[in-house]
Amino acid sequence: MKRVLLIPLLLFVALAVFLAVGLTRDPREVPSPLVGRPAPGFSLPRLALDGTDTGRFSPADMKGKVWMLNVWASWCVSCREEHPLLLDFARSAVVPLVGLNYKDGGADARRWLAQHGDPYVLSAVDADGRVGIDYGVYGVPETYVIDQAGIIRYKQIGPLSADVLHAKVLPLIRDLRKS
Amino acid sequence: MRRLLILLLLGLSLGAQAREAAPLAQDEAVEQRLVAIAEELRCLVCQNESLAGSHAPLAEDLRSEIRTLIRQGKSDAQVVEYLVSRYGDFVRYRPPLKPTTWLLWAGPFVFLVLGLGGLVLYLRRRPVAAGALSDAERKQAESLLENP
Repeated sequence: MKRVLLIPLLLFVALAVFLAVGLTRDPREVPSPLVGRPAPGFSLPRLALDGTDTGRFSPADMKGKVWMLNVWASWCVSCREEHPLLLDFARSAVVPLVGLNYKDGGADARRWLAQHGDPYVLSAVDADGRVGIDYGVYGVPETYVIDQAGIIRYKQIGPLSADVLHAKVLPLIRDLRKS
Repeated sequence: MRRLLILLLLGLSLGAQAREAAPLAQDEAVEQRLVAIAEELRCLVCQNESLAGSHAPLAEDLRSEIRTLIRQGKSDAQVVEYLVSRYGDFVRYRPPLKPTTWLLWAGPFVFLVLGLGGLVLYLRRRPVAAGALSDAERKQAESLLENP
């Protein structure tokens, strides 16, 4: 009789464990199939900061370097959240940080950078979002770490936090630059 | 003069209606395939909506991308592969069968077998002749029934 009474308790414990694990996981963190694969190629115009044409950018230009690609837009609220961190990162100049200005207006983007500071060595303009689709972008901001051979090594969906930067991104960059 | 004016106004309104009624879908067959494919795919922005039903800007972009792929003559499987290679298996409402999803697919059947096993064990353990009476009990019952 006593054993039977234990069954609801055991069921409750099992349910509690499942919920404790399940509810702490972020459903927005979708594992990207792109990690470990070559960064998709593109050729996009650079964001002209002073209104003059400055040519185009292609990931092939970065061959031989470890670099970071950060997808941003002036309409993106969370981009503001990670922006101070990106400015710090750019000041430390560990690796070049390239921006991908995603589905934005040129004037808006320029104003945004003038207002909040520009951490990017350059920003490529993805006005219609097609390059974004190739990179599997769905929650701006997103950040990619790309190695010397052009392979994506890490993808961050949503804003970078200081924790993630110091615990994951910077050690990874250090390892990649050694190899 | 008034009749002419009315005719003129009618003509103008007809023109306006014709513009409003411009078909959203230019190609019926493409649109049907688009819906059939997009119903099976998850919108990544609103994760509980299908790609066909979502109004998120990304869903619109992806639908127009799928339209382009269909016009290029890609098969349904190729279109799904295009999205899976960018967004992962998560975009599919029907996950593929592979080692990481074995538990997902087999789980319900595992629980069914466990449940059936438990039921069989329970039924076996239960005393079979629970309803049968011993001779002494039968006599007692009879005497009770005869002498109320």
